Amino acid sequence: MSKANLLDRRQVVSALLANRKDLVAIGGLGASTNDITAAGDHARNFYLWGGMGGAAMIGLGLALAQPKLPVLVITGDGEMLMGMGSLATIGLQKPPNLSIAVLDNEAYGETGGQTSHTSAAADLVGVARACGIAESRAISTMAEVEAFAKAVHDVRAGPRFANVKIDSASVERILPTRDGAYIINRIRGDLGFQPI
Amino acid sequence: MHARADAADTAPTWPDDIFATLQRFDVRQVPYVPDAGHSKLIQRVLDSSTMHGIPLTTEEEGVALLAGAWTGGQRGVLLMQSSGVGNCINMLSLIPILRFPFLTLVTMRGEWGEFNPWQVPMGSTTQGVFELSGVKVLRASNAAEVLAVLEAAAAQAYNALTPTAVLLSQRLIGAKVFTK
Repeated sequence: MSKANLLDRRQVVSALLANRKDLVAIGGLGASTNDITAAGDHARNFYLWGGMGGAAMIGLGLALAQPKLPVLVITGDGEMLMGMGSLATIGLQKPPNLSIAVLDNEAYGETGGQTSHTSAAADLVGVARACGIAESRAISTMAEVEAFAKAVHDVRAGPRFANVKIDSASVERILPTRDGAYIINRIRGDLGFQPI
Repeated sequence: MHARADAADTAPTWPDDIFATLQRFDVRQVPYVPDAGHSKLIQRVLDSSTMHGIPLTTEEEGVALLAGAWTGGQRGVLLMQSSGVGNCINMLSLIPILRFPFLTLVTMRGEWGEFNPWQVPMGSTTQGVFELSGVKVLRASNAAEVLAVLEAAAAQAYNALTPTAVLLSQRLIGAKVFTK
């Protein structure tokens, strides 16, 4: 069941990554990782297949290690809810090059579409702001998505958080590699680090 | 109000040994959940110009953070207490999958003169939980061996990509005692 006038997840992620330059993108466990893949495989894509709740913290570790690079976490509402404390950790560190975009369909799409807390009670934008991420916004139009995509490249003005309301329709699964060591070593290689 | 029986007498120097070893191995990110046993080390980290201390809301955040740090080219170490190890279990699966260097230093509760029965179950299973999760366990039981144990742990974690936990025994730290 999809509500009217909600954004298409693939269009949102394509727009976020359209002019990515040197950006590192981290997907969340589930459909957001597939969306990143659908936008085009890239040496700086971090596909998460497990460790649910960890996407934002992986982003924080990377952002702190590479302060000149824009780091963008693109995850789902279920994954973000599981790691909600990490918003407090990020709010405390305030890494200016880290951005988080939550694709919020108010449902656990991977497990049968069960309703998530964001459908009725939880306001992730409010949580992020209350955790110290001042630049937090709710997004409901593609124009806002495109503005956010541009802002992500300003590595001195973050951290920033966006909750993007998307359609809950299922889309074709486009799966990236599941080899975790390959995924992070490919990013490391692209950043100029040698294997140990 | 509470005080530490052993540690209160003289300030321990083994946290300085740990700090020096971590510096030598170029550790940059130090996520931690506040803990009395680690308090001196945490202060050294926060005062350091090369290390970045990162307080967490729960320990599992630190495992994910270190995966990101390594992807971005930095080493880290996770500081926690035995009770926090249980909070990490699913996130520990990232370590063999991503094959990043993982070192954690764990102050033990529930194993030596413990006052609080609620600390005993997790303190009793800390080593087993790590081993079932694929993390090698080394232990330091007295101040004199901390330096050698840390050196060995850091070497195998960072050079041999062998996930390693160092348990800093409750005997080393001193049992927490509660007084009125």
